[in-house]
Amino acid sequence: MSRRFTPKIVTANRLREGDVVYLTADDRWSPFHHEAELIEDEAHAQMRLLHASAQKLLVVGAYLADAKPGPNGPEPTHFREEFRTRGPSNYNHGKQADYA
Amino acid sequence: MYSYSEFDEAFVRERVAQFTQQVERRLDGSLTEDEFRPLRLMNGLYLQLHAYMLRVAIPYGTINPRQMRQLAHIAQTWDKGYGHFTTRQNIQFNWPKLEDVPKMLQALADVGMHAIQTSGNCVRNVTADHFAGAAADEIEDPRPVAELLRQWSTDHPEFQFLPRKFKIAITGSPNDRAVTRAHDIGLRMVRNAKGEPGFEVIVGGGLGRTPMIGHTVRDFLPKADLLPYVEAVLSVYNTLGRRDNKYKARIKITVHETGKEEITRLIEDRFAELRPLFGGNDQKLLAEIEEAFAPPAFRNAPTDAYDAFYKADPTFRSWADTNLATHRNAQYAIVTISLKAHGATPGDATADQMRLIADLAERYGHSEIRISHEQNVILPHVHKSDLPTLHAALAKAGLGTANVGLLSDIIACPGMDYCSLATARSIPVAQEIATRFDELKLEHEIGPLKIKISGCINACGHHHVGHIGILGLDRAGVENYQITLGGDGTETAAIGEKTGPGFAYDEIVPAIERILRAYLEVRQSPEETFLETFRRTGIAPFKAALYGEEGEKDAA
Repeated sequence: MSRRFTPKIVTANRLREGDVVYLTADDRWSPFHHEAELIEDEAHAQMRLLHASAQKLLVVGAYLADAKPGPNGPEPTHFREEFRTRGPSNYNHGKQADYA
Repeated sequence: MYSYSEFDEAFVRERVAQFTQQVERRLDGSLTEDEFRPLRLMNGLYLQLHAYMLRVAIPYGTINPRQMRQLAHIAQTWDKGYGHFTTRQNIQFNWPKLEDVPKMLQALADVGMHAIQTSGNCVRNVTADHFAGAAADEIEDPRPVAELLRQWSTDHPEFQFLPRKFKIAITGSPNDRAVTRAHDIGLRMVRNAKGEPGFEVIVGGGLGRTPMIGHTVRDFLPKADLLPYVEAVLSVYNTLGRRDNKYKARIKITVHETGKEEITRLIEDRFAELRPLFGGNDQKLLAEIEEAFAPPAFRNAPTDAYDAFYKADPTFRSWADTNLATHRNAQYAIVTISLKAHGATPGDATADQMRLIADLAERYGHSEIRISHEQNVILPHVHKSDLPTLHAALAKAGLGTANVGLLSDIIACPGMDYCSLATARSIPVAQEIATRFDELKLEHEIGPLKIKISGCINACGHHHVGHIGILGLDRAGVENYQITLGGDGTETAAIGEKTGPGFAYDEIVPAIERILRAYLEVRQSPEETFLETFRRTGIAPFKAALYGEEGEKDAA
């Protein structure tokens, strides 16, 4: 029996800036995790990842990350992904500063 | 210090030009990421958690004021106004944009610096004792040999695709401040019966997921044989080293699987073949390099001002007691500038601090600066009469912390705040430990102590050789910190012993506090250091303090 599929989002880094971005349902790359498309179907997840990986001039290293639904949109389930939504903990740099 | 020859200059400029075009081709789509990745890594450019990161080599930790100012300029122009000094005597910029990196490399080349071979399976930045050329206990300055190794290994065609990365450390002193026993090759200068200087050659040390203390394959190698001998070690490794499994590819595994005797025999055989091929040009070059490392013209002046200040000013005295080391010239001192202000990020310096250090080095330090693997900055030659003024200037810029060698002088890797390989954070753990013990005002009472923190098993934070080592892991989706005790990175090197089950993020600082309270209780006298106490008592009292008498069994 295969394991149950857990919801995913597609995330990557922007090629030019290196910033963390998320693939939205309307094919944009958003800096906000809550704007990501929450993918509940495994086949669809693979299609979206292929779509993301093909955008070689926009992003680098696209991958599927676990997420869960939240009141404002998808939320990360792992601390690594949570850190990626805001930036480092030792300075107010990255997203937590850029979009404060 | 050594300055680039025309050959070095041309090589670095050519590489910058190549990489500039490679970035252009990546941005216009002619290169895919798979094609570009090895090219950017060859030039020190990583993609990390939140951004790109550029790693710049500071060969054997030696840097001049002009270079330091250029690092400040780079930090301010293309990054966020600071740089991070690493445990490999490199500096990392955490926020560059891809299209700016060629400009950064150009700016580095303008001052004879680069990011070449700071990544990839090649010979990495050769590290050295940060007190080299100044230490009272030194046999000879090891940096000319380090520079020879740098020139030899840079773009060496045979060693660009080794089974895995290769790290060489060198010290000219019997007191090992360069962690030579935990490197792929460690070179420790010793004298033979005739009093001639040479090297003890240690091979197969390393930290990471399989920590090992290196084996001595030669007790005494004459200085003149060094290059062919190192080449023989690399050559044997290049042939035997495993390429089937990344985690078994370092030379420590090769040595372990081959056996010390057999690997020694293979190295000696290869050395016998290579030795005659070295016709003496390496020694000619070494002699030229040695001239470039001639000591500065030391000043001869009274040191009464220092003595008077030392007696009169307790703040200065406290700093002098911790941050000064004995210089070979009795009128001089080696100054360690702590980049570990309590609560600050270990190893970070702002652009303004870098400029100040450059100014102070020019004014009071014969224009010499070193970066230590312990993530501090060293002014190796300061006349004692200048120390009070120097200290006042440092203190004004937040660089006067008197904690070198103490609890808050913590080594920490970037961890999951920056690194894409990390499994947990390490910087905030370091910050909180330092802050907590500053509140308790216990660090001077505790005395010499090395805490080292890594955010994953790759052990960039050298946790295995920390008196107290902390390793951050991901345990079922939660940050968890494993403690090791009794590690030692010096000539009496040892790998730390695991205490038992790890601690959650909010439990790790209290756990460290329990260990240190136990130490204060069981030490025989204030003179018995943490490491000495650990060696006398073993791990038992610390385990009891951590887990309780019964706890250990249940938790395991």
